[in-house]
Amino acid sequence: MEMELTTTELHVAPSPHLSKIGQSTQRMMMDVLIALAPVTAMALFVFQWYAVKQLAVCLISCLAAEALFTKMRRQPLHLKDFSAVVTGVILALSLPGTAPWFVGFIASFVAMGIGKIIFGGIGMNLFNPAMVGRAFVMIAFASMMGASGYEDAGSYVDVITQATPLTAFKQSGIGSPLSSLFLGITNGSLGETSALACLLGGIYLCLRRTASWEIPVGVLVAAGIVGGINDLAGSGAAWTTIHHLLGGALLFGAFFIATDPVSSPLTPKGKFIFGAGVGVLVMIIRIFSGYPEGVMFAVLLMNGVTPLINRWTIPTPFGGEK
Amino acid sequence: MALTSREMTGCGTFPHGIHPPERKNFSADASIEVLPTPEEVVIPLLQHLGAPCEPVVKARQTVSMGEMVGQGKGFVTAPVHASINGTVKKTISVTLPNGRHVKAVPIKAEGDQLAGEALFEEIYGGSWATDSNDLTADKMSKAISAAGIVGLGGAAFPTHVKLAVNDEKPIDSLVINGCECEPYLTTDYRLMLEVPGAIIAGAVLAARAVGADNVMVGVEDNKPKAIEALQAAAEGTPVSVVSVRTKYPQGSEKQLIKATLNRDVPLGALPLDVGVVIANVATATTIARAVLRNKPLTHRVVSVTGGGIANPKNILAPIGARLKTLIDFCGGFTPDAARMVAGGPMMGFSFTDLNMPVTKGTSGVTVLTGEDIQRSEETHCVRCGKCVDACPMNLVPSKLALACRAKDLDLAQKYHIMACFECGSCAYTCPAQLPIVQLVRTGKALLAARKK
Repeated sequence: MEMELTTTELHVAPSPHLSKIGQSTQRMMMDVLIALAPVTAMALFVFQWYAVKQLAVCLISCLAAEALFTKMRRQPLHLKDFSAVVTGVILALSLPGTAPWFVGFIASFVAMGIGKIIFGGIGMNLFNPAMVGRAFVMIAFASMMGASGYEDAGSYVDVITQATPLTAFKQSGIGSPLSSLFLGITNGSLGETSALACLLGGIYLCLRRTASWEIPVGVLVAAGIVGGINDLAGSGAAWTTIHHLLGGALLFGAFFIATDPVSSPLTPKGKFIFGAGVGVLVMIIRIFSGYPEGVMFAVLLMNGVTPLINRWTIPTPFGGEK
Repeated sequence: MALTSREMTGCGTFPHGIHPPERKNFSADASIEVLPTPEEVVIPLLQHLGAPCEPVVKARQTVSMGEMVGQGKGFVTAPVHASINGTVKKTISVTLPNGRHVKAVPIKAEGDQLAGEALFEEIYGGSWATDSNDLTADKMSKAISAAGIVGLGGAAFPTHVKLAVNDEKPIDSLVINGCECEPYLTTDYRLMLEVPGAIIAGAVLAARAVGADNVMVGVEDNKPKAIEALQAAAEGTPVSVVSVRTKYPQGSEKQLIKATLNRDVPLGALPLDVGVVIANVATATTIARAVLRNKPLTHRVVSVTGGGIANPKNILAPIGARLKTLIDFCGGFTPDAARMVAGGPMMGFSFTDLNMPVTKGTSGVTVLTGEDIQRSEETHCVRCGKCVDACPMNLVPSKLALACRAKDLDLAQKYHIMACFECGSCAYTCPAQLPIVQLVRTGKALLAARKK
C-alpha cells in the first residue's frame, strides 16, 4: 500500500521563534579566551617556562576540579562551555610564575569548589572564582605569594631576578620607566605586566560586547581620580597616576577580572558603579595598605556588594516615574 | 531627503531594541493576490479585544457579503460581517491562534461571488477623496463602529473606541503606523505600495474624527519605495510621511510615539493620555472604506511567507477563510517546514490546526524551517546583561525571568513585570537561551490569579 508523504514534523513553542545566531555562553567564553591571547603570549614571551608550567597546572587542575565537584553534586558536566578553562587561564595569569605547582593546584580546586560549584555552578557564584582561589593561596602561602615570592635571584629569566615594579616602589621608592610598564618587560604576575597586551585584548572584549565597557571605564576613571588626588597631595613623584594605571594588575583586572558577568551587576549604571568601586579600592589599598597591589581584594569586595548595587540600580522602565 | 518635517519632534528612534534579520524578501515583491472564493468561511464571533458578539443570523439563512452576522453588547466591541455570499450553517466552536476557543458562524459559499480583480477593485479601487467636508466626527465614528473595524496590526482593539472624542484628553496627533517591524511580514508594505491613496484618506479622516492637527505616517527607513508612494499620495493633504529608524520593535505604539513625537507614554497609560492616537496602515484603509463608501471590514491582506512556504504571497483573503486554503494557494509547504506561526516570528503564536480561520488580527502566516528555529541548548544565565541592553522598556528581563521561575511574584513586581509587552527582544538576544518571554507570561498569569 502506498503511504501519503505528509509527515512533516511541526513544532510548537512560545514566541519569539527566532534567536540570534552565533550567540551562546560558549561563544562568550571563547571571546574571553581570544581576548586573553595577547596577554598569554606576552606571559610566555617574558616568563617562558614559568608561564607554561603555571598555565598547564591551573588549566588541568581547574578542569579536573570542575569535573570532580559537579560529579559530587550529581550535576551534569558542562566542560564544553569553557568557563572552567577561562577560570584556569585567568587564575594562572594572576599568579607569579615562581609559585610552586601546588599553589596553582590548590588555588584551582578552591576556585572551582568554593568559588563556583558550591554556589550552584556557572552563573550562580557570588564571587569571581579565580580571585577566590587566588585569595586562598595568597593567605595560605603568604611567603610564596608575597612580594619576595615573585623574585628568584638565580633564575634564568632576567625579570624574575628583580622586584616587581610595585614592590620596588613600595619598599625602596624606586620608580619604573613607563615604557617597560607599557610593554610589560617587568616582573609581576604572569598576565599583568604588559599594559599593551591587556588593552588589546580588553578592547576586543568590549567591541564584541562580551565585556561591558562600563566596568573598565569605571575602574580607570576612579583610579585616575584617586591617583590624581594622590599626585596633588605630593606623594612619591617616582610613581605617578600613569604608573598606577599602567603598572601592576590594574588593566588586567579592569578588563578581565572585574568584567566577569556573573559576579558583576546587571545594568549599565550598576556596572559603572561597580567599576568605580574597584578603581577606588585598588588605589586605597595600594596607597595606604601594606600590600603593594590591591586588585584581587578590590574585586572580591565589590563582588560582595554586587547584589546591593543591583538592588539600588533597578532601572526606571520607559514611561515610569523618575 | 527632506523627510524630517516640522511635525516630527522625535529623533526617529527609541532607546534599546534589536536588529533581527528582516527576511522580507520572501514576499516583499509579491503583489497582492486575491484568494479564490473558498467553499466555506467561518466567522469567529470574537476577533477583537472586548465583548464577544452574539450571532444575529440563523442557520440556513442566506447572507451576502458585507451583511452583519454578529454583534456585541456595550461600547468596547466590534460587529462581524459575512465575507462571502452564501448560507449560514449551525454555529460551531473554533480555536484561534492565541489558544482561545470561540464560537463562530460558518457560511457556505453559494451563488455568484465577487472575486479576483473585481473584488480587489471593489475594496481598494477608485480614487480616495481626502476633502469631503460634510463628515462630522460623530458620523465617522458611527460608520467605523458599524464597519467592525479593529486594529489590523495584530492587537485587534476596536478602532472606534480609540477614535472616540474625549473632552478630558484632547488628541493633537495621529500617527499611522507603517513600520511593520516584525521580520518576514509584508502586508503593510504591499498596501503602502499598492493603495497609498486609501491609507492617506484614512489618515485624514481619522485625524478629523479625533480632532488631531498633526497627522503623520511613520515608516521604517528600510522601505524607501513605500515612503515614496505615500509621499506622492499625501501631496496636497495635511499628512506628512516620516521615516523612522529600522529597529525592532519600532512598530510598538509606545516606541513609535517616542520616535516620532518624543513623548513618553506613562506606564499603564494609553497613547491618548499623551494626546496621541496610533493606527496601523491597514486599519487606515478600512477606515477610509467604511467612512467614504460605507463598507464593512470583510477582507484583509495576509502575508503567507517564510522558507517553509513553496510560493510566498500576499493574499487578500476573506475573514474566516481557513488558513489551509491560504497555504494551499501558495503551493503548500516545502519539505523543511518546521513551525507555523500566526503573525510574525517575534510575537506570533505557533499553531498546528490548519483549519483555523483568518481573523481581523491575522497579519500573516509565517512558516519557519528547521534551520530557522534551531537554537542551542538552554544554559544557566550568566548575568551578562545583554537582555537589559535589548529591552525597549528598560527592564531587567533576566531578573524578571528568574523571579518568575522561582514564583517570587513580589520580586517580579519590583522589577516592573507588568511593563513588559512581550516583544521578545530579550529572549532573541539571550546567549543562554533562557525562555524569558514564556517565564514572564507565566509570572503575569500567576499575578492575575493571585489578584482574584
